[in-house]
Amino acid sequence: MGKLFMKGNEAIAAAAIRAGLRFFAGYPITPSSEILEYLPLHLPDSGGIFIQAASEIEAIHMVYGATAAGARAMTASSSPGMSLKMEGISYLACAQLPCVVVDIMRGGPGLGGIQPAQSDYFQIVKGGGHGDYRLIVLAPSTVQEAADFTFLAFDLADKYRNPVVLLGDGVLGQIMEQVVFPENYKPISVDKSWTLTGAKKDREPNKIVPFTLDAYELERINLSLQAKYHLIKQQEARYEAVGMDMRDEYGPYAPNLVIVAYGVCGRIAKTVIDLARQENIDVKLFRPITLWPFPYKELRSIAEINPTARFLVVEMSAGQMVEDVRLAISNDKRVNFYGRMGGIVPTPEEILEEIKKLRDGVKYD
Amino acid sequence: MTDKVVLKRPAILDNLPFSFCPGCHHSTTHKLIAEVLEELKIENKTIGVVGVGCCAVSYKFFKLDFINAAHGRAMAVATGIKRVQPDKIVFTYQGDGDLAAIGLLETIHTANRGENITVIFINNAIYGMTGGQMAPTTLIGQKTTTTPKGKTASEGDPLRMCELLNTLKAPAYIHRVSLVSPGEIVRAKKVIDTAFRCQIENKGFSFVEVVSNCPTNWKMTPLDSLNYINVEMKKYFPPKKFRSPYNNKGG
Repeated sequence: MGKLFMKGNEAIAAAAIRAGLRFFAGYPITPSSEILEYLPLHLPDSGGIFIQAASEIEAIHMVYGATAAGARAMTASSSPGMSLKMEGISYLACAQLPCVVVDIMRGGPGLGGIQPAQSDYFQIVKGGGHGDYRLIVLAPSTVQEAADFTFLAFDLADKYRNPVVLLGDGVLGQIMEQVVFPENYKPISVDKSWTLTGAKKDREPNKIVPFTLDAYELERINLSLQAKYHLIKQQEARYEAVGMDMRDEYGPYAPNLVIVAYGVCGRIAKTVIDLARQENIDVKLFRPITLWPFPYKELRSIAEINPTARFLVVEMSAGQMVEDVRLAISNDKRVNFYGRMGGIVPTPEEILEEIKKLRDGVKYD
Repeated sequence: MTDKVVLKRPAILDNLPFSFCPGCHHSTTHKLIAEVLEELKIENKTIGVVGVGCCAVSYKFFKLDFINAAHGRAMAVATGIKRVQPDKIVFTYQGDGDLAAIGLLETIHTANRGENITVIFINNAIYGMTGGQMAPTTLIGQKTTTTPKGKTASEGDPLRMCELLNTLKAPAYIHRVSLVSPGEIVRAKKVIDTAFRCQIENKGFSFVEVVSNCPTNWKMTPLDSLNYINVEMKKYFPPKKFRSPYNNKGG
């Protein structure tokens, strides 16, 4: 098929259709609305159902029903809409229902702004809904990754019977870049005997019930969720390390200044590396791709291999992922933070200034 | 002389004893739904969606595929299921808080889209499971734990859901029933049967409001609660066929 030139939001929608999306319900919200709008044009042609729901809440619960009935289901929203969906997400997690939720983050809190932000890390990664649950969270930084991770999201959702969030931001949703879709994608094959299809005589009725009045039973449900999350943590952490040797033994050189950033900040960091090189400053990048499971082990090993490395966490927030970086490295002094809020995207130049402060030992956090 | 079985427990009602209060109309309604599904021979392709409230435990009592929806969202969940599996029979079972308070958006918009599902609405003018708070259908003057001196108009007149949905173009079948006498129960069964027939024949959204009791939270005996329905509830919620795609008498 070749290279297409697409807006991030549209690439996600197009990828979802190619990944076998069969049901989408959503509500318009800037900066994610293009996902919603792409689908009524293209989803019915591939046999899927599209509904513009009357609210974000109605949409997530339609998804809950559709996936319970066995369909690959998705919704898309942005920060305030995600807040509305949190009860539904908690239900999806407890009922162990696969689905993909796309979150194109914008400035908050409140109605906030429509420009990009990364201020929902806590909300999405640590759980904005109630209860002990986890979502698999994928953080693309290019339109190509947004497309690729959409396929991955559906497969991981099915593999683990878990909601998966594709966490982008307004930059990713709106920019237009080249994207190539895979030619021979086949969805992962999983057991669907638990879905609601009508209890014919050949099986016991299926009850999808994220609820029990018996505390011991609820503890059992929670223990089985925790066992699943443990497995996911062991198997699905993903990251990109730029300029660092991630072999077990010592690399040829040890990282000294490491930016830790995800999504659009991860991509801006690559420009910072280039700018820094022109001034003979050696900067590396550790870019988490799964925010949950967070790649603690790999980040910790970088910190251990080079005890003098200093880390600059860059986020479009007041500092949320930085807490996980501090947890990984267990040495506060080495972790520093730079962030912009309100929808402002930091420039490579201003990040480089912060890197220089880090290099010069000026602690400013 | 051999015995002839004239009445038995529907096979799709599991052997679990009901956990509803003595005299509660949930028990009666469950029985009617089970009988109807068996007589229509659709039990093998029926999927139920329960709301939150006393209805939340209903999933246990039927030998059917069931899902618990979040409070108020049963019709959205049912829509998702039905759109993806249009050949299945999908119904919701909800109380007055679920359907007329928190779920009002889902109720109006699902009906407005004419989704081809069946809704059984248990209206007992109170929140049973949580201990007797006011519902959107609580009558003026009715005492509840949150209207201890009696509900006033500033808490809202009782919502008449059949009348409300009857203003919409799309719904196919809207009918209100009550269960205070054997005759009414027989009639209610016909109505529930017709509602499911609507879905089987793809006629669109079918809605049955069952004016019900809550002896425990009304602080009445079951018999007195039937009287309360007859004398007080029916004034605001008259049993009536609002619309139907059929001309059959009583259904």
